[in-house]
Amino acid sequence: MKRTSAILVGVGGQGAILTAKVLVNGLMRAGYDVKMSEVHGMSQRGGSVSTQVHWGEKVYSPVVGEGAADLMLAFEQMEAVRYARFLKPGGVAVINEYALPSATVAAGLAEYPEGCLEAMRAAFRCYTLDAAKIALELGSPKCMNIVLFGAMTKALGLDEIDWEASIRETVPPKFVELNLAAYHAGRAAAKD
Amino acid sequence: MEKHLLSGNEAIARGAYEAGVKVCSAYPGTPSTEIFESLPQYGDALYCEWAPNEKVATEVAYGAAIGGVRSLCAMKHVGLNVAADPLFTAAYNGVNRGFVIVTADDPSMHSSQNEQDNRRYAKFAKVALIEPSDSQECIDFMKEAYRISERFDMPVLFRTTTRVSHSKSLVTFGEREEAEPFVYTRNVRKFNCAPANAYLNHPKVEKNLAALEEYGSSCPLNRVEMRGTEIGVITASIAYQYAKDVFPEDASFLKLGLTNPLPMQLIRDFASRVKTLYVIEELEGFMEEQIKAAGIDCIGKALISNQYELNPQRLRELLFGEKPETAALPVQAVSRPPTLCPGCPHRGFFYTMSKGKDFVIAGDIGCYTLGANPPLNALDTCICMGGGFSVAMGMSKAFEASGQQKKIFGVVGDSTFFHSGMTGAAEILYNKGRVIPVVLDNHITGMTGHQDNPGSGYTLQGEPAAAIRIEDVLRAFGYEKVLVVDPQDLAAMQGAVDEALAAEVPTAIIARRPCLLIKREKRPTGLCAVDTAKCIGCRKCLKVGCPAVMIREKKSYIDPTQCVGCTVCAQVCPVGAIGRKEG
Repeated sequence: MKRTSAILVGVGGQGAILTAKVLVNGLMRAGYDVKMSEVHGMSQRGGSVSTQVHWGEKVYSPVVGEGAADLMLAFEQMEAVRYARFLKPGGVAVINEYALPSATVAAGLAEYPEGCLEAMRAAFRCYTLDAAKIALELGSPKCMNIVLFGAMTKALGLDEIDWEASIRETVPPKFVELNLAAYHAGRAAAKD
Repeated sequence: MEKHLLSGNEAIARGAYEAGVKVCSAYPGTPSTEIFESLPQYGDALYCEWAPNEKVATEVAYGAAIGGVRSLCAMKHVGLNVAADPLFTAAYNGVNRGFVIVTADDPSMHSSQNEQDNRRYAKFAKVALIEPSDSQECIDFMKEAYRISERFDMPVLFRTTTRVSHSKSLVTFGEREEAEPFVYTRNVRKFNCAPANAYLNHPKVEKNLAALEEYGSSCPLNRVEMRGTEIGVITASIAYQYAKDVFPEDASFLKLGLTNPLPMQLIRDFASRVKTLYVIEELEGFMEEQIKAAGIDCIGKALISNQYELNPQRLRELLFGEKPETAALPVQAVSRPPTLCPGCPHRGFFYTMSKGKDFVIAGDIGCYTLGANPPLNALDTCICMGGGFSVAMGMSKAFEASGQQKKIFGVVGDSTFFHSGMTGAAEILYNKGRVIPVVLDNHITGMTGHQDNPGSGYTLQGEPAAAIRIEDVLRAFGYEKVLVVDPQDLAAMQGAVDEALAAEVPTAIIARRPCLLIKREKRPTGLCAVDTAKCIGCRKCLKVGCPAVMIREKKSYIDPTQCVGCTVCAQVCPVGAIGRKEG
C-alpha cells in the first residue's frame, strides 16, 4: 500500500496534537506503520502550528514538503490557506469555518483575508463545517478538535478502523462521552 | 512484540533506562526538553535532575561517569556552547563508566537563534559521534553509545535534530541492562587535567579514535543496504529517511550511525562498488568534506544547500530539479506570529518600557523575547542565555565613551538568572555599570514548556525543594535597593522604574508574578469586558499587545474565549470602559 500523508494545521492551543494522537492510535491499531511530526517551543504561543501524520506499509520520512500531503485538517480557515501549498493539487481538505484573528489583525496592523473558504473550495476537494458552533452546542468549546476529527474520518474513508476505540484510549476518561458525541456530530456535519 | 509510538526524545530516555544509566542531568531547551521530562517515569532506577545550566549538567553527568555509573546529559545545540569547556577536557581524560551527551540540533531554527551543526563539536573535541534517524534507533543507539564510551574511553556525543527528537515512530522495548559495577579509587593521572597529565592524554585520545574508526567498519551502527551499482548514497540521521523517499529503489545505501570518526575504509569499499556516489546530509558538508579529503569523488553540497532543514520534496528539487506541484490560491494568509499569552505577567513590564523615552533594553532568551514585537517594541537585543545583563553593561560603557544619553536596562528571566545571569549582575556592580538589572520572575522556565528551576521550589520530579530567592542573591552581591514589584499592577511597575532611575545606589528590579500556565498554581479566574457605551474607540488598549483585545465596529472588544481577566487593558483605558468580573 502506498504511503498517505495528512497535515493538521491551526493555532497553538487548539488541540491539534491530541487530534493527531487519536488519528495515529487508530492507524496503529489497524496495523499501519506510522510516523508523526510536531514542532514545539516558540510556536506554541498563539502562533501558527502544524503537525504531520504519515502511514502506510513502510514510512521513511516523518515530514513532507510542498505539494505532497493527501489530506489537510485545518482548525482555522486562514491557516488552511497558509498551508495549502503542502497539499497535492486535487487533495482533500477538511476545514473549520472558524476564523481567529491573528495578533497582527487584532492590533489593526493587517486585515483578515476575505474568501479563504471559497479559495480552498476552488482548488481542493473540501469538507467544511462550523466546528466551534457544534462544540458549543455539545456543551464545551474544548471538544472542537474532535468534532473536526469526526469530519476528517469521513473524508479519510478508512471505515474498517474503530475510531471510537481510539478516542476512548486517547482522551482523558472524564471527557470520553463528550468526545464521542463530538466525533459523531463532526461526521454528520461534514459537507462535501 | 508490542509496539509503542515514541518521539525520538522519549525513546532516548527509554534507551538510557535500558542502558542501565543511573545519573542524568540537563537544562531544558527545545528540541531536547522532553528527554528529561520522560525520565521521572523510571522511578528509582535512575536519578535525574534539572541543573541550573548546561555546563553544570555536563559536569554533574561527567562526575557520575568518573564516580562509576553510566550517566547522561542533554541540551539543545546552543547549550553545548555553554558546556563546551567540560566536554573538551572530558575528551582527554576519558571515563570510568559510559558518559553520553545528547545535543539536539535545530535546522531551520524552529525555536533557536542559529542552526549550528554540532557534528563539528565531535571532531573538534575528539569524541565519538552517534546519530539516530528514528525512534527505534534512539533506543538501540543509546545502548551502543554506552558500550563505545566504555570500550574506547571517551564521552559520546549523541546528536539528534528537531525532526528526530520531535517525530514519533513505532518502537519495541528491550530489557534494562546493568553496567558492570565499578568501585571508585582515586586516579589523578587520568582525571586531573594538569598540563603534565593532559600532555600524556592527547596521544591516548588519538589512539582511541583510530581504534574507533576501525571499529566503525564492522559496528552495528553502520550498515550497507546494497541494491544496484548505478547509484550509491552515503547518509546519516534524518537525511537517511528523506533520501529513502527520494532515490530510486535500486539505489544502494551506506547508512551511518557512527559518524565521528567516519569509517573511511567502509566508505572507500562502498564507493568502489557504485558508479555515482551521493552524500546526503542536512546543514554542513561534514561527511562530504572528509570523504573528498580522502580522495573519494562524490556529489553533495554542490547541489544541496547548507541552510535550513531538508524534506523529501526539497531534496528532490535540489538534486533533480523537480519542482513540487502546488495549487495557487487567490488569497494570502497574514502572519500569525507567536505572542505573549493573555494574562502573561511580562506584558505589564514591556508595556511600561514601551512608554520610556531614551530607553535601551538588552533582553535575553525566553518568552520575553516576544516583548520586541509590535505593538510593545520594547527590546533592543537578544543574544544568548544570560546575555541580558552583560550586553547591557557593554552598551552602557559604549554610550559613556561616546557621550550618548540613554537609560539602560538589562533584562533576564528567573531561570536565565540562575543559568548565567548572576555573573552579569556581579559584573554590573563590580565595574560600576550604569545599568538597571531587571529579573522577570515568573517562577518557571516558560518558553521550553514549564520546567522547574532553582527559584521555583520544585525538582524535576515535582518534589518540593529549596527555592533560592533572587532578591537575597542580589542583596548579597551588594545591590542596596532591590525593588520587588507585581508587573500586572502598572502603577507599581512604573513607580519601580522611576525609583530605580532616580536611585543614587546600586538598584535592581524584580518583576514577580507566576506564569499563568503553571498548572499547580491556583488563582482566581476572571473576565474583562468592554462597556461599548463608554468606549471612545481610542485604541489605547490595543497598545498592550494582548491577543484577546481587538477592535470590532470601531469599539474595543475582548474575546471571552481568550481573556483571563488580568486587567492590564483596563488599567490603560482613559475612560474606564473596561470592567472585570470574577468567574
